[in-house]
Amino acid sequence: MIGKTIKGIWALIKGMSVTLKIFFTRPVTMKYPEEKREPYLRYRGPHILRLDEKGKEKCVACSLCATVCPAQVITIEAGEGNEHEKYPITFEIDMGKCIFCGYCVEACPKAAIIMSRSYELAEYRREDLMYDKERLITAGK
Amino acid sequence: MVELLFMLLKIVVVFVALLLSVAYLTWLERKVLGHMQSRLGPHRVGMNGLLQPIADGIKLFFKEDVIVTAADKVVYHLAPFIIVSTALLTVAVIPFGDSVKIFSHDIPLRIADINIGLLYIFALSSLGVYGIVLAGWSSNNKYALMGGLRSAAQMVSYELPLGLAAIGVVMQSESLSLAKIVQAQATQGWFFLPQFIGFLIFFICAVAECNRTPFDLPEAEGELVAGFHIEYSSMKFALFFMAEYASVILMSALIVTLFFGGWLGPGFISCPAWCGPIWFGIKVFIFSFIFIWLRATFPRFRYDQLMKFGWKVLFPLSLINIVATAVVMIIK
Repeated sequence: MIGKTIKGIWALIKGMSVTLKIFFTRPVTMKYPEEKREPYLRYRGPHILRLDEKGKEKCVACSLCATVCPAQVITIEAGEGNEHEKYPITFEIDMGKCIFCGYCVEACPKAAIIMSRSYELAEYRREDLMYDKERLITAGK
Repeated sequence: MVELLFMLLKIVVVFVALLLSVAYLTWLERKVLGHMQSRLGPHRVGMNGLLQPIADGIKLFFKEDVIVTAADKVVYHLAPFIIVSTALLTVAVIPFGDSVKIFSHDIPLRIADINIGLLYIFALSSLGVYGIVLAGWSSNNKYALMGGLRSAAQMVSYELPLGLAAIGVVMQSESLSLAKIVQAQATQGWFFLPQFIGFLIFFICAVAECNRTPFDLPEAEGELVAGFHIEYSSMKFALFFMAEYASVILMSALIVTLFFGGWLGPGFISCPAWCGPIWFGIKVFIFSFIFIWLRATFPRFRYDQLMKFGWKVLFPLSLINIVATAVVMIIK
């Protein structure tokens, strides 16, 4: 019985030491809006359309991303530029439906579409979740 | 006349200090609990959330005071006042320093030095049970009633070892006056060494008296929602809260007075008389921290375990402690 008591008291002391140890370690939570956690490099956030050195979009409107997209959220309207090159007139992604699988990034032959690491996507209106070309480009700047 | 003035001054200072420390104990508890659970705790209001108690107070003050239709109105209104006044009245006999000389007047640093100080405290803390039981009963709510009943049973069974554990100290200091007990520790050394078992029993019972985890059965949120104060809102709820934290501070103060030399500093540092309240404050802070630390660590007792522990472990141990103290004193 004495052995049991000592064992019990030892368990209590051990428990207290665990809480005290955690008390002196850094909390895992952060002051969110002021401090933001950096996501991992593999994190898949909303898309970015990249530009080439001349400041034109890399996208050639091949529609491979729109084809591979499982959620079918990408709409591309192709057009012809001054030097007879193809470029997207409209490039829209419906972020409300996007499942962030990253297939579009894998499919892209020009590495024109990549995924950012931002995670604050909330909007006040549903329409604002339709990301148009300008928004996708400016997100990368 | 001057005596009366100093008396009033002392009362005002002590009560303001007590109420402030009650407010900031809530902040400390949330902060310490947060860090012990690897969170930050309150940090929005003011620097590190230091204004949080004020914000809470204002919020509670402006909340609607809901009164249950089926409640027993008189008792329902009376209960929080009983509980808070019994908790606050205890501070009157706690000595927080030796006497100091101010303008050639000898001012003892305590509100009242009655020769039955310890009995007075036990009497008041027993009366505090009425507040909880009446609150639980008058709310006309099953959970509140259950909380009240549990509290009554718990307090009765833990009051006994609490009083018996203090008897060892009383035997050694040969006085019930708290100031005399502290003065006895100046010559005999702090009592927590010769009365170590007594100290442990007293500390455990003090936690149970304050209805704190792991003895927070009266307000067990998991099963009783909030226990006896389930139907109280607004400032009445705040009064229950205040009483709980005030009793934490006062129980810490009592432990310090009985076992850790009250206002006495550690022997190797010599300090004038005005240091007394500082030493006292530091010790009380340490014990309040331990109260919070316990809450962060241990789960709640099951009801039958609680009763078994009180009657079958603490009660016989405290009796053995008294007998052992008596035997040692006779041999000496």
